[in-house]
Amino acid sequence: MTVLTYRANPGDVLATAEEKAASPALNKHDVFSVSDLNLWYGEVQALRNINLDLKENEITAIIGPSGCGKSTFIKTLNRMVELVPSVRVSGKILYRGRNILDNSYKVEELRTRVGMVFQKPNPFPKSIYENVAYGPKIHGIRNKKILDEIVEKSLRGAAIWDEVKDRLHENAYGLSGGQQQRLCIARCLAIEPDVILMDEPTSALDPISTLKVEELVQELKKDFSIVIVTHNMQQAARISDKTAFFLNGEVIEFDKTDKIFSNPGDKRTEDYITGRFG
Amino acid sequence: MALEKVLERGKENFSVRNWIEKNRRKATFSNIFEKMIPKILFVISIISVLTTLGIIFTLLFETIEFFKDVSFISFFTGTTLQPLGPNAEFGILPLVTGTLMATGIAMLVAIPIGLMTAVYLSEYASERVRRILKPVLEILAGIPTIVYGFFALTFVTPLLKNFIPGLEPTNILSPGIVMGIMIIPMVASLSEDALSAVPKSLREGALALGATKLEVTWKVVVPAAVSGIVASFVLAVSRAIGETMIVTIASGSSKNFTFDVTQSMQTMTAYIVEVTGGDAPAGSTLYYSLYAVAMTLFVFTLIMNLVAQYISRKLREEY
Repeated sequence: MTVLTYRANPGDVLATAEEKAASPALNKHDVFSVSDLNLWYGEVQALRNINLDLKENEITAIIGPSGCGKSTFIKTLNRMVELVPSVRVSGKILYRGRNILDNSYKVEELRTRVGMVFQKPNPFPKSIYENVAYGPKIHGIRNKKILDEIVEKSLRGAAIWDEVKDRLHENAYGLSGGQQQRLCIARCLAIEPDVILMDEPTSALDPISTLKVEELVQELKKDFSIVIVTHNMQQAARISDKTAFFLNGEVIEFDKTDKIFSNPGDKRTEDYITGRFG
Repeated sequence: MALEKVLERGKENFSVRNWIEKNRRKATFSNIFEKMIPKILFVISIISVLTTLGIIFTLLFETIEFFKDVSFISFFTGTTLQPLGPNAEFGILPLVTGTLMATGIAMLVAIPIGLMTAVYLSEYASERVRRILKPVLEILAGIPTIVYGFFALTFVTPLLKNFIPGLEPTNILSPGIVMGIMIIPMVASLSEDALSAVPKSLREGALALGATKLEVTWKVVVPAAVSGIVASFVLAVSRAIGETMIVTIASGSSKNFTFDVTQSMQTMTAYIVEVTGGDAPAGSTLYYSLYAVAMTLFVFTLIMNLVAQYISRKLREEY
């Protein structure tokens, strides 16, 4: 069943001819290429001249103190930030070669490719099964057998299958917080995204659940590109390949995680990761 | 003088602790009061329970009197209601169909319009539109029912006559529609409360999966709010069943047993108005028939409420 196998190399499948034509110099390994991104909430500027390239099959961690624009930044990558009425954006965000800030780019299409996991687990008040099947259903998959397989595959992918396989038709709200969060990840996997954005996915979880989600994220890296916002610097150091340090809406430093944590290039980064502020 | 006293206290080592001790010794009376309060509140809250019981028992006893004159079966299966004259017949079916038809028409009007209004207000309307629309809706809810009745009789019926030439001057269609308009604000406002109470995070979760606004609304938000929405429908139905003035004015007093909406029909409430207004001698069968009809009405609304509770429990998606 082709629907059910994760793409080994999402870039090959997803960069359509149209996209390649739009950007002949498309670097296959760049998932996102952000240039000169500025964002305002009303009069307040939340992001300043962001330039970042996010690579395929890597985990990029975004760290920084509260209010520095981390969440705003990743919400811009799937345009969820537009839910804020007064928001204004300028600059360019190329997703596999196409500018997603273009009005012609349909947000619904973007969001099927760039999934998101939120800070607080937000399963729908439906059964576990329906939660996972929701995405495929709204995108037109009706066949019960296919849905069953997608649900199993996604729940396995989110390392929660064994815990819930006997109660798929019970309400998702009966799960623990950590299980709910992994269910939300499964829900996201069910539509086979290319990139997964995670907005502090473990901040509402206990240490053991956090560990499980972290292990899962590492596992998911094989098939997806992941951007994770975190308040927890140990977490960033443990799981990510690259780290971006945000401060007051600017990217202060963006480099390999090892480099950032062992030999930061900027004094402010060093101050932050050593706990001198933030 | 006062200032001196305060200063004096300052000298003699005034402390809050002493102050509290002193007041506590004085507090015997307020202690008794404190203990009395729950009892007083209990008595007050029992008043409504007692009233309800009183009403039920009055209805019950007088209804039993009625069934000494008229058989149970002929009352509930009789299609002729002719309370006056030597050959009086008491079949409640004409009133039951009248009530159900009026309520049915009202719900056909109120449920779609009310729900759509609620969805619009909660999911689509800008803050400004909401600020204008909501108060207008609430004004609609505040209009006295007699005005609605008048509106049905003198405006809606003539208007409908343009499309339905066979419409009688008094009929069940027009008050049904107007009753529906009357309960739109109730459906809209309660459903909107239920929709707005659905957490924003659920909407975001669905949007992040690439759902359109419409898919989010109908497949996530409305199902999550369904118990509140059903509750609003049921309250509206109860309101329609019990509504009196509009039907009394605009649907006449013919006790027809029919399913033709263009005909004049009488509802249970309108029958009670008619009979109480017509000097029914106490103790007569006519007089007791009031209670039997009122009892039936009561049972109707009771069943409605039970059904509603059952439905909303069954459909509930808790968040």
